[in-house]
Amino acid sequence: MRKKAVMTMEKTELRILAVETSCDETAAAVMKNGREILSNVIYSQIDLHTLYGGVVPEIASRKHIEKICQVIDKALSDASVTLDDIDVIAVTYGPGLVGALLVGVSAAKAIAFAKKKPLVGVHHIEGHISANYIEYPELEPPFVTLVASGGHSHLALVKDYGVYEILGRTRDDAAGEAFDKVARAIGLGYPGGPKIDRAAKEGDPYAIELPRAKVGDSDFDFSFSGLKSAVLNYLNSEKMAGREIRVNDVAASFQQAVVDVLVSHTMEAIDRYGQKKLAIAGGVASNTALRAAFEEACAARDVRFYRPSPILCTDNAAMIGCAAYYEYLRGVRHGWDLNAVPALKLGETN
Amino acid sequence: MRLLSIDSSGLTASVAVTEDDRLIAEYNVNYKKTHSQTLLPMIDEILRMTELDPETLDAVAVSKGPGSFTGLRIGSAAAKGLAQALNIPIIEIPTLLGLACNAFGSDEIICPIMDARRSQVYTALYRCMSKTEDLLNFREWEELKEQCAIGIGELTAELNGRFSETDRILFLGDGVPVFREYLDTNLRVSHSYAPSHMNRQRAAAFAPLAIKYYREGKTVSCFDHAPEYLRLSQAEREKNEGIRQKGAAY
Repeated sequence: MRKKAVMTMEKTELRILAVETSCDETAAAVMKNGREILSNVIYSQIDLHTLYGGVVPEIASRKHIEKICQVIDKALSDASVTLDDIDVIAVTYGPGLVGALLVGVSAAKAIAFAKKKPLVGVHHIEGHISANYIEYPELEPPFVTLVASGGHSHLALVKDYGVYEILGRTRDDAAGEAFDKVARAIGLGYPGGPKIDRAAKEGDPYAIELPRAKVGDSDFDFSFSGLKSAVLNYLNSEKMAGREIRVNDVAASFQQAVVDVLVSHTMEAIDRYGQKKLAIAGGVASNTALRAAFEEACAARDVRFYRPSPILCTDNAAMIGCAAYYEYLRGVRHGWDLNAVPALKLGETN
Repeated sequence: MRLLSIDSSGLTASVAVTEDDRLIAEYNVNYKKTHSQTLLPMIDEILRMTELDPETLDAVAVSKGPGSFTGLRIGSAAAKGLAQALNIPIIEIPTLLGLACNAFGSDEIICPIMDARRSQVYTALYRCMSKTEDLLNFREWEELKEQCAIGIGELTAELNGRFSETDRILFLGDGVPVFREYLDTNLRVSHSYAPSHMNRQRAAAFAPLAIKYYREGKTVSCFDHAPEYLRLSQAEREKNEGIRQKGAAY
């Protein structure tokens, strides 16, 4: 009885339990009023997948089902709450690996059903964008955002909470995917992002001439497969000529080419849409060269630059809880038939 | 003892609510929709229809595997989420034993077969035994062959070798339509096939066994339950084969 009274008094506080299993991190978080992290638990499977040089979907799904309850339990206990204190259950339902997504979706639905809580399905990329709201309490739409990760490269205009205009996306490989493939080719291994970042610091970014691809009919779309092929061709021709590969130079030159394209497209969007704020997100947003390049480009234009700390750039559930908060306020509720949508498009959430 | 049982190991989605020795409701759907879309709405429907609050459940039983990897995980994740939220235990039922429960009381040898692709079946052998002579209705499942994934040829050879012409085998499961012709041609032991109301996974059928397990304390927590696939992932298989081949080369 007492508990009920307290809950009514504190009704201005909205607590969301969020679950994220779209790739190889099993994650759960408790968020207060959208932007305050009460807990943020991530179980990373990365060591498991390193053996295979990339994420193996079936292994990821198997690990998710083993860990899901522990991760949720820890998120609740770290936040010093029980499920009774939770107002909304949120879960990533796409895009991502379908088998992996299904574990989080099925578990979150069952919990919401059992505890009679509203369910909000969240778009993974919207989560990444929302990581900026957590990092910067003052940040509000509109702003331009670049989401670059192992599976995604999106350039979008955030018009309002949950309202996006997609300006550009990748036509082939995601930026992070290109990092992984090049890292593998030069023997740095998986995951490619941080390894190339580190090696590039010791290399010459202009040692090797690499293309900066423009996609013919679009100013803002990306293409990274040509760049990846150019690196592979370079490696082959050097090998044929019997020359030693300078790994650090290859890493630095490749990284510079990616950074140049991401920054030029993004700044072009800032200019065209007359925006004064840029927020980046996703695993690639942790890249130090990319951050430095954006800082410089934004300072030159008097644009405010927002970038979440690395822990919020990786896949996590806090960002999902944050995105769910604004979706919830907009009236979004999902039914018990919510399914995983592996190719869910941003702005097509239902 | 009020039990919710779930099976989504194959194409059929099946849920049931059982109270001690009374089946309250069951719902089976063998349709093309994914379990992710059907399972929880089905649970919602039967609980609403029978005016039961999820909070009044004592345990949840789930088909542990083998089966479709994704199907198993949808059922498992649902069971785990319910068990965690309601603070109740999970009862794990081996899928093939769960299937055999459809033929409770039969004096035939029960051989569930599930299509495991690549000309293989998930299978096991059971017999429904009278445990003691003095207890009229007390029967128990005797396991004659443990759950496994084997080729249909290998299974047929084993059955031919192990059983005589006076034995009788009852086949059931989604492997039947795939391998029936093969069995009729190659199996010398007399055999038959279960009819439609008992030839697919049915959560209501294994509920009595689950309640027995519950009473014997054979339960697990939501943290400890995970499916049993009986097969490695393709990546792990290929990796192991690669190691074996490399080993052979040296």
